[in-house]
Amino acid sequence: MNQPNGRGTPGRMPGLPPEVRRDGEPGWAGGLRKLYNSVVEEPLPDSFKDLLKKLDDDGDA
Amino acid sequence: MPDRISPSAADEGFRKELLSVLPHLRAFARGLSGRADFADDLVQEAAIKAWTARERYQAGTNMRAWTFAILRNHYLSELRRSRRQTDLDEGVVEKMLVMDADQEAPLHLNDMEGALQKLAPERREAVLLVGASGFSYEEAAEIAGCPIGTMKSRVARARADLARMLDEDDVQQVEVRTRKAS
Repeated sequence: MNQPNGRGTPGRMPGLPPEVRRDGEPGWAGGLRKLYNSVVEEPLPDSFKDLLKKLDDDGDA
Repeated sequence: MPDRISPSAADEGFRKELLSVLPHLRAFARGLSGRADFADDLVQEAAIKAWTARERYQAGTNMRAWTFAILRNHYLSELRRSRRQTDLDEGVVEKMLVMDADQEAPLHLNDMEGALQKLAPERREAVLLVGASGFSYEEAAEIAGCPIGTMKSRVARARADLARMLDEDDVQQVEVRTRKAS
């Protein structure tokens, strides 16, 4: 498990997806980011609450 | 551990960072696999792996890139495990994956999702990392474990494939509408 050294593009916060709209690109490129962002914006399903609890439990152990 | 104040404080910081990238991991896994339930399993397993390996993470670096690499490697190992179980060669599995995507096409949210699943796996990964997730070519190459030039080439080919497929879909839809109208 090597750790990538990249720290994101200068001038923008690492970890944030690009804006949905950009000038001069084909329509599908915005569609791809829209598809990706639609999942990012979904609330985490209930199954993840068990994961979060596990992380809490392990952290306290 | 230079960044550590105390183990619990470091763990809490790591946990917060890990939680913040879960939605991005879900989007990446969904794009890679095309299946929501499988993708969520991948994310949860990758999150556990990241948590277990948290000592190796350098605080303040790119948590998203680090966890994407973990998820990507886990996804590939799951595919390899599946291949061993079914005793098929890689080409056949890739064809099956594409066929699965085709068969599930009516369930896809839109044409974009369907086109994405028709891409060759390494091109799909490349365009997800650079075109959707917003990683630089350098970051994406590190995540995928390939040279930057290879990553640029994969992204370019994926973009060309998507443009061709989605343009063809537009043409086909127009033809269908035309046939229905006549």
